[in-house]
Amino acid sequence: MSYIRPHFRHPEQPVNDLGYTRRHYEGSLSTLCAGCGHDSVSAAIIQACFELSLPPHKIAKLSGIGCSSKTPTYFLGKSHGFNSVHGRMPSVATGANLANREMIYIGISGDGDTASIGLGQFAHVIRRGLNMLYLVANNGCYGLTKGQDSATADRGSVSRKGVPNPFEAIDLCTMALQTGASFVARGFSGDKAQLEPLIKAALCHKGFAFIDVISPCVTFNNTSRSSMGYEFVRDHIDATGKMDFVPLRQEISANYEPGSSQEITLHDGSVIHLYKKNGALHQHDRNQAIRNLQTHREQEQILTGLLYLDPDHCEFHDTLGTVKQPLRDLGEGDLCPGSRALEAINASLR
Amino acid sequence: MEPTNGKNPEYFHKVVDCQYACPAHTAVPEYIRLIAARRYTEAYLVNWESNVFPGILGRTCDRPCEPACRRGRIEPEPVAICRLKRVAADFKDDIRHCLPVAPERKNGKRIALVGAGPASLTVARDLAPLGYKLHVFDSLKAGGGFMRSQIPSFRLPESVLDEEVGYILEMGVSSHFNRTIDSLKDLLDENYDAVFVGSGAPRGRDLKNLPGRKPGNPYIHVGIDWLASVAFGHKTSIGRRVIVLGGGNTAMDCCRTARRLGGEDVKVIVRSPFKDMKASPWEKEDAIHEDIPIIDNHVPLDFVVEGGVLTGMHFEQVRAEYDANGRRTLVKLNQAPVFYPCDEVLVAIGQENAFPWIERNIGIVFDKWGMPVLDPDTFQSANPRVFFGGDAAFGPSNIITAVAHGHQAAISIDLFCQGRDITDRPPPHVNLVSQKMGIHEWSYDNAIEDDPRYRVPLVEKQLALGNRKLEVELGFDAAAAYREAERCLNCDVQTVFEETRCIECDACVDICPTDCINFTANLPEPDLRQRLRVPARNQDQDIYVSANLPTGRVMVKDENVCLHCGLCAERCPTAAWDMQKFLYQVAKASEWPLNAEAAESPGN
Ligand SMILES: Cc1cc2nc3c(=O)[nH]c(=O)nc-3n(C[C@H](O)[C@H](O)[C@H](O)COP(=O)(O)OP(=O)(O)OC[C@H]3O[C@@H](n4cnc5c(N)ncnc54)[C@H](O)[C@@H]3O)c2cc1C
Ligand SMILES: Cc1ncc(C[n+]2csc(CCOP(=O)(O)OP(=O)(O)O)c2C)c(N)n1
Ligand code: SF4
Ligand code: SF4
Ligand code: SF4
Ligand SMILES: [Mg+2]
Repeated sequence: MSYIRPHFRHPEQPVNDLGYTRRHYEGSLSTLCAGCGHDSVSAAIIQACFELSLPPHKIAKLSGIGCSSKTPTYFLGKSHGFNSVHGRMPSVATGANLANREMIYIGISGDGDTASIGLGQFAHVIRRGLNMLYLVANNGCYGLTKGQDSATADRGSVSRKGVPNPFEAIDLCTMALQTGASFVARGFSGDKAQLEPLIKAALCHKGFAFIDVISPCVTFNNTSRSSMGYEFVRDHIDATGKMDFVPLRQEISANYEPGSSQEITLHDGSVIHLYKKNGALHQHDRNQAIRNLQTHREQEQILTGLLYLDPDHCEFHDTLGTVKQPLRDLGEGDLCPGSRALEAINASLR
Repeated sequence: MEPTNGKNPEYFHKVVDCQYACPAHTAVPEYIRLIAARRYTEAYLVNWESNVFPGILGRTCDRPCEPACRRGRIEPEPVAICRLKRVAADFKDDIRHCLPVAPERKNGKRIALVGAGPASLTVARDLAPLGYKLHVFDSLKAGGGFMRSQIPSFRLPESVLDEEVGYILEMGVSSHFNRTIDSLKDLLDENYDAVFVGSGAPRGRDLKNLPGRKPGNPYIHVGIDWLASVAFGHKTSIGRRVIVLGGGNTAMDCCRTARRLGGEDVKVIVRSPFKDMKASPWEKEDAIHEDIPIIDNHVPLDFVVEGGVLTGMHFEQVRAEYDANGRRTLVKLNQAPVFYPCDEVLVAIGQENAFPWIERNIGIVFDKWGMPVLDPDTFQSANPRVFFGGDAAFGPSNIITAVAHGHQAAISIDLFCQGRDITDRPPPHVNLVSQKMGIHEWSYDNAIEDDPRYRVPLVEKQLALGNRKLEVELGFDAAAAYREAERCLNCDVQTVFEETRCIECDACVDICPTDCINFTANLPEPDLRQRLRVPARNQDQDIYVSANLPTGRVMVKDENVCLHCGLCAERCPTAAWDMQKFLYQVAKASEWPLNAEAAESPGN
């Protein structure tokens, strides 16, 4: 087994605005099973951060427990990270975000970490609208503990154990929509052309962005009768449409046919171009998104792509009216404004 | 683009850049691995099989493999392929018992070889074990050709030359030294079944018409003649101030030899810009290291002779200009001529072929440049009994090219003597074997080392300049050889893709350190090359394209900077990638056994 990735890279590797190559966004060599979808998710995150020219030291990776939650080790090796306890990533993310609102927060979780033990935390972090990317690498099982069916496994789906799952599945996108997420999307680890722009858009979105990525577990849940194996997903995938992400700095060079696409401008000025398959779809219609997911599920179809987006949603700091700068930047004068300030407050309450 | 045909041996051969570039197609990575395993004797034999003179070539080869080496595309310098060859030769055991022997019973065919240079010796090496009776003729007193008369001993010690020439002559070859062939017709009349002309390109160019050439004659020498006189001990000294004219490897050998014969102020003066000089970069380096300035952009005007004594030379200063096609013209700067004083001049401005001993009425056709017209694959001349090879075939080249010619000419001579069609060439031997030992274990060392190229240590300069026979390079020791060998990327361990197994999980794409692998829609080659993660701009390198996969895409791998690290195959959950060692051996003149009934012909 090779534990060291060679240090040589392609001499003509592209360079981003910061002068970095993809290599600067890599992590250490993955120890996941060969062919695990989670590794593709890591690669998509690396690509997205590279293309957005994000400074690695401005990013914090947070995760819970599971194979998926291990992946932050395998990307963005020069960024900050916190591998927390099972299902508790949202609390850690909330604390970190409140302390320093200037960082970019990437939460990585699994279907077990989010839909079982962490379901409560998941619902509440969405309700609060924490400004972060919350990505679930969803393989329908507890990969790390040898492949038990998870709460997102479809009823009747058969993993390597060979027994059909008797329980109803939780659809995390539907739940995110119902609890108030302002960006909801679904991707597939085997389709990076779709996944990378979704991640880029989510990273630029101000507010809570949720991406459910179907990410097959090659070892325990890639059977011909599993609804989360490569084959089934490829055969049953449908997309809301194609999407292009244009960051603020870049000039729009493509020619968009009027009417065929919808443009959504994000808070930071970058633009999403949607080429919708169904012209009647409205990305800002929460109810329609939920219905759409439901009808696809009934037809045994997996709906992917950008499902819902509200670029102007209120994020947690705005709701709470917190200070504008990270706590670490507050000086003694801010923290201890003195007796005159106290008197003024007291006076105002009289 | 059509899917790649992995069954065509040339596809994977081309991936092994060094072997592909070697005129004799030496299995380079195979011998480098053997060196890393300290199996020097086997490493030597892998070389000997292909290039016949590993000890000589490990010191002197022109190394076309090194500029081709893949390592040179991912970091500044290629693997020291040539100097590792020397390691195999230096550290091997006695190999005599491993070499083929000439059978007692001959096959009845007699072959004459004119010249005992590397080309003829290679023909002898291939034909002697098959029972041919070989007669080699050379004007010199010993075998080796230019390797003996031209290449100075400080680069190639006589003992190494004697050993490797000896291996061949000892295969029962009849050598006729001090014997110049002055008529090919007479030789053919001796009823040889075939004649091989390996007489080299023996004539040095002169500056016959430059003013002062005649009166200065005692002080002006043609480089290759002078080197031969030094090699055979006829010349043992030179004036204090020496000018060497020319920018090729001969000029480099002349100036370095002059330094050892008493030349204290030795300069190389060359017409072209430094970067355009024909000499290999390392030869220029070696000359500069021995305090020899190289003065470029100077065209000789005249020799200045005063009172019968050469006092110096005048030069015109020029500047190089290149047209759109890169063609060069030297433009005069129109300044006053520059004078360089000197005591002697060595003219090393090139060599020519000369065949005054070949009659023009014996069926051999010569072109307008006086070169024999040959079939480029068989080396046969218009007289079917006469074959050419080495510098005599297509003009001055190098040892490894002469060897490659010799192998091919031997095949032709063998087929010809059997009355077979000599254009029906035997195919190469190829072998493709999986290196898989376990789930993540390979039978080759797939770890990639970061070390930059190791330098070969030299003897102390003052010692070297004091003795023209003292070898300058000391060679790698075993430890440095191991480290250098570890730099090799094992380009013969091929990434072989089996599309029916692939589930398009992208794991190989994500792990590949050098972005070789892609899954994309198929397109015509130029568009496909543009579409890759890193566009495949190196047109010399092929791209490996699969048949259609279930999603309708194809796998496209750019071979250009693949490290052969095997990570793609380790990461693939379905073993759609496998690492397979590809062995490619050029066929030799031994593939078909001869008719054993033939009796030894009388009188030999
Ligand atoms: C100064 C110098 C340095 C060189 N250094 C290198 C080097 O470092 N590396 C490298 O790869 N190459 C080098 N070369 C080139 C290399 O030596 C030749 O390309 C190579 O030796 C050609 O081999 P060959 O078998 O064709 O003939 P040669 O080696 O030239 O041998 C021809 C032989 O034929 C003999 N001969 C010719 N005519 C007759 C005749 N009529 N009768 C009898 N005998 C005859 C000659 O005496 C000679 O011995 C160098 C050349 C020169 C001039
Ligand atoms: C508190 C607690 N309970 C249970 C476990 C055991 N455990 C480890 S990982 C895991 C499930 C992980 O599943 P998922 O989040 O889907 O990750 P995957 O490995 O599938 O990517 C469980 C139950 C634990 N580590 N901690
Ligand atoms: S790295 Fe090794 S195998 Fe590859 S071209 Fe260079 S010497 Fe040959
Ligand atoms: S062997 Fe495979 S992983 Fe390694 S460089 Fe080559 S294609 Fe990439
Ligand atoms: S790792 Fe194997 S199965 Fe996966 S895409 Fe590559 S070749 Fe195909
Ligand atoms: Mg899971």
